[in-house]
Amino acid sequence: MAVRTLQINDTLVSAREDQTILEAARDHGIKIPTLCHLEGLTDVGACRLCLVEVATVGGGAKLLPSCVSHVAEDMIVHTDTPRLGEYRRMIVELVMAERNHVCSVCVANNHCELQDMAVAMGVDHIRYDYLSPSCSVDLSHERYGIDHNRCILCTRCVRVCDEVEGAHTWDVAGRGTRSRVITDMNQPWGSSDTCTSCGKCVMACPTGALFLQGSSVSEMEHDRGTLAFLLNAREKKQWLV
Amino acid sequence: MAHRIVIDPVTRIEGHSKITVHLDDDGRVTEARFHVTEFRGFERFCVGRPLWEMPGITARVCGICPVSHLMASSRAGDAILSVAIPPAAEKLRRLMNLAQIVQSHSLSFFHLSAPDLMLGMDCDPSRRNLFGLVAAEPELARRGIRLRQFGQEIIEFLGAKKIHPDWAVPGGVRSALTAAGRDHIGARIAEAKESALLALDRFKGVLDRFAEEVETFGKFPSLFLGLVAEDGSWEHYGGRLRIVDSEGKVVDEGDPERIYRDTIGEVVQPDSYLKSPYYRPRGFPEGMYRVGPLARLNLCERMGSPLADRELDSYRQRGGRIQTSSFWYHYARLIEILAGIEHIERMLDDPDLLSGRLRARATINRSEGVGVSEAPRGTLFHHYHVDEGGLVRRVNLIIATGQNNLAMNRTMTQIAGHYVSGPKVPEGILNRLEAGIRAFDPCLSCSTHAVGSMPLRVVLVGPDGCVRGELRRS
Repeated sequence: MAVRTLQINDTLVSAREDQTILEAARDHGIKIPTLCHLEGLTDVGACRLCLVEVATVGGGAKLLPSCVSHVAEDMIVHTDTPRLGEYRRMIVELVMAERNHVCSVCVANNHCELQDMAVAMGVDHIRYDYLSPSCSVDLSHERYGIDHNRCILCTRCVRVCDEVEGAHTWDVAGRGTRSRVITDMNQPWGSSDTCTSCGKCVMACPTGALFLQGSSVSEMEHDRGTLAFLLNAREKKQWLV
Repeated sequence: MAHRIVIDPVTRIEGHSKITVHLDDDGRVTEARFHVTEFRGFERFCVGRPLWEMPGITARVCGICPVSHLMASSRAGDAILSVAIPPAAEKLRRLMNLAQIVQSHSLSFFHLSAPDLMLGMDCDPSRRNLFGLVAAEPELARRGIRLRQFGQEIIEFLGAKKIHPDWAVPGGVRSALTAAGRDHIGARIAEAKESALLALDRFKGVLDRFAEEVETFGKFPSLFLGLVAEDGSWEHYGGRLRIVDSEGKVVDEGDPERIYRDTIGEVVQPDSYLKSPYYRPRGFPEGMYRVGPLARLNLCERMGSPLADRELDSYRQRGGRIQTSSFWYHYARLIEILAGIEHIERMLDDPDLLSGRLRARATINRSEGVGVSEAPRGTLFHHYHVDEGGLVRRVNLIIATGQNNLAMNRTMTQIAGHYVSGPKVPEGILNRLEAGIRAFDPCLSCSTHAVGSMPLRVVLVGPDGCVRGELRRS
């Protein structure tokens, strides 16, 4: 595998040619914020938080999602500029405005990646009008529940179900702000024929959208450790507990 | 020409309200009304939420008494899960509810009402506040603030937060007391008792100065409603619901859910967001009843702890077995603080408080449940309907303050009728109207959740007070 040399934040780094900018940056201890990315799953560039600036020949800088952009020789990348900070904050605010996120009474309060991201981005208020959509809550599954009010359409659940469990119960229906993650043929989760009740989607969810039945406020902690163990076991045949 | 006197906003209470006094052509008071001008809407926006989130959501009703809503909501959840919660969980819930009563009553007495009681109703309004109290009575104010802290710390030891702990859940509680927490609480009991006794002594010392207020601050016959223990003693969490009249006769007693379903009606009035519950068998408005400390002391046989029982004896020697003046809410509140501290002290050695068996797990086993507990301000009812998966479909909250609404309005008319003649009213008299409301310690943010959308029945009342019609929701 060929090696590429590039600059990230004015530091020379080398990376394999099949690596993304995000992977190369993280290999060198450079943090780039992400929400839809989850280690071990295919990246889709849905949340756009991982945008970086890549210098162009004309002297400008174009914005690329680092999770789905591959490294190139002599690439000049900046991951933390005032413009990126402003855009990332804007993205979090837009996500917050799109559905009904009420942290104080959410099952994932204090255990939520969106909440952590909002804090990290300095979101102290939302500058956009809330859409306040009417979203459903589905408690038909015996062990799990989904609250679409809290879904940010990261599609981690869709990918983990398809790529790790192999069931492909989850998918996305609708367009734009009407998009919803669905189970099977857009039917109640409890009536799904394909769901194996493995719970990987719940482990992967960054917010309180997917939760264990019976979770009360601020009680839902997503079990990322088990998910990381499974992914490692599957890919590297290492069973590290 | 007829006049109207408006006090807006009413100060040193929890929430937003105003008082209107109506005068006739000769300046005589025809009526005084208490209007709650804020609206919360919890009965509506909780619809569609999972049952397990309800205690956490409804605790947000109030920053003063979130624990009360946690209790009633969790108990409604227990009923829907159809579980008997572990004994340790019940004891821990009781501990937190007692702490809540101590801290909320301390706030009402020391922070909100003591300026009127210790500095005088006619004191310069610029000094008649907590800061004036701190200047004039530093020791009393300090003890009051520390007493509230005592209750708040217990809530924090149990629920990790002083305000809005997400701790009680359908089926039990989430965590036990720690040994360190128990020892910390134990070390503060003696001071807390001293403070409660000091406040009682001070109140008893000034009570005679307020003879006129005692006679005019809502002194009238009414029913009284609240929980009593199985042996008839003071209760705040379980037991039976009892209703007595002003002669002390038990009008109804039994399963709280049965009494709630069969006898409590709610009336919506056009000039307030606060509904007016009443005892249906007596009709409206004759079914007016009072809840809270005054009612609980009228209902119970004894407090169930030595110092509080001694104080209750002295209270009854001075005021009779049944006290009908709302001014005595203050006195009753102080005795409840003392009882709360004594009950906490007695519980602390129980090893169950440190137990790990705290939660009964179950799925939805009933579609409906009622949770009842005693909030500092009176009996609190949460009533939920859920679907098969546990999504809430209907919510009815009957809040203590609402149940005192009819009595608060009557109190306003009584105070205004006694003190007001003509449109020019001295400030001290206006303060008496506010103090009449403060005696009830209303929490208005707690109590305005639906207007006409969810009452069990709506009674249409004509201007002459006659019931013109009745609408029932099926």
